[in-house]
Amino acid sequence: MAVSKKILVVDDDPDILEQVELVLKANGYDVATAGSAADAEEFLTATQPDMVVLDLMMEQMDSGFVLCNQIKKLYSNMPVIMLTAVSASTGLGFDIRTPEAKSWIKADCILDKPVRAEELLNSVRKLFQA
Amino acid sequence: MAEIFKVLIVDDEPGMRSGVSRILNDFTVSLPDIKSEIKFQVIEAETAESGLTIIESQRPDILFLDNKLPGMSGLELLNIIAEKKIDILTVMITAYASLDTAVEATKNGAYDFLAKPFSPAEIKHMVRKACNRIVYKRQAKNLAEERKRVRFQFISVLAHELKSPLAAIQGYLNIVSDRVLGNELSVYDNVINRSLIRLDGMKKLIFDLLDMTRIESDQRRREFAQVNLCELAQKSIEASALIAKQQNIAINLDVRDDVVMQGDHTEIEIILNNLISNAVKYNKPDGKVDIKIAADDKKVVISVSDTGIGLKEDEIGKLFKDFVRIKNEQTRNILGSGLGLSTVKKLAQLYNGDISVKSEFTKGSCFTVELLKNSQEVLRDESSGNNILFKAD
Repeated sequence: MAVSKKILVVDDDPDILEQVELVLKANGYDVATAGSAADAEEFLTATQPDMVVLDLMMEQMDSGFVLCNQIKKLYSNMPVIMLTAVSASTGLGFDIRTPEAKSWIKADCILDKPVRAEELLNSVRKLFQA
Repeated sequence: MAEIFKVLIVDDEPGMRSGVSRILNDFTVSLPDIKSEIKFQVIEAETAESGLTIIESQRPDILFLDNKLPGMSGLELLNIIAEKKIDILTVMITAYASLDTAVEATKNGAYDFLAKPFSPAEIKHMVRKACNRIVYKRQAKNLAEERKRVRFQFISVLAHELKSPLAAIQGYLNIVSDRVLGNELSVYDNVINRSLIRLDGMKKLIFDLLDMTRIESDQRRREFAQVNLCELAQKSIEASALIAKQQNIAINLDVRDDVVMQGDHTEIEIILNNLISNAVKYNKPDGKVDIKIAADDKKVVISVSDTGIGLKEDEIGKLFKDFVRIKNEQTRNILGSGLGLSTVKKLAQLYNGDISVKSEFTKGSCFTVELLKNSQEVLRDESSGNNILFKAD
């Protein structure tokens, strides 16, 4: 049997963390969690996961963006999925789905919260195949 | 550093213009409310028309405006200023001081009236008055803007604090609905349990919020009466007894049963409830809570210490602000709205008191609240400006 893929999940809400972990573990993935961007960075310097799923807004408005850019600098081929509340309610003054925003947001995939299990799993599978 | 106010004088008599210029160029106003002195830069205009151009381009702070002018009159210019909603403080000048013109001018937005001929002392007095008015208006505007900003910020944070538990509960329900863990109900125990915890947290937030808004809106009538602190503390201990028992936490109360103060029963109860429930919630299993209430003839000191998780230096600084919750592994499963301590602080201040904390990380914290026993009397005494103590009725 192949070694299962390791996915790091980052969110500052422990319950959202728990939920993503449940969904991924139930489908055979190995999951590590981090409750803050700082914890995630610490984890990433020691261990290289196969993918990161992270929340857009943690302690600071843009900590998800910042972390995403750092991940891509560290491991340029690491797939990153960003979870976000719909842009209208994030309070950010721009739509993160415009081509312009996408060019500097380095995430490979952006999913709206709350994300359903199937939707998340589809995106994970697709990115692992790519 | 002096602040410069621009003064525009619109008068067709050159002597009048240069006279005002001369007086104000060397004049300085210092006001108790602002640190810097105010100096003046005088701009002169011969007609209302040229005055208007200057008003629109240079935005002077104060306008001395003659009524009798060639072409457009002073009152007409005043109308234009009002129509265009230009923020300038206008003092009308006229050689024919009559009550009619004065009334007409003030109706149209003039601040005051100066009758020719006037002495240097008179114009200086008027300018000082005008400065006071401008500074006062500016401060009121800043305060209003600050209030608006704080309110907006509060509502944004509140919306976020209410949305987070909803999103968490929705996520858990989706997991159950999608049967992520299979069809056996018992495997969802933790999912259901966590959802209920988040619901409770949300409920607590709403209750705390109601407490806080009642205090802040002044809607609630404060009912002052003699409050027995021993009785109230015992009541608060009972409210936390269940959680304390579950964690085997001992609560000790050290208070003389005759310690009383003048206060609003509900407010003092909120203070004690918040302090005691925090000391229990943020404690460790088999821990201890010590409540000490002491009083002298002026004030009551309530101190609540615990043997709990304690606080880091940087956490103490933000502890008493709205919606601040210390987030770490130890507080993960503790319900809190982040409003409890900020509410206690606001209440303590209503009693001319305050709250302070001493804490050692991982060892425990001690919160101390000081309240004036007769804060109402102090308040009345201050507002009446004499030394007679009014008894609370």
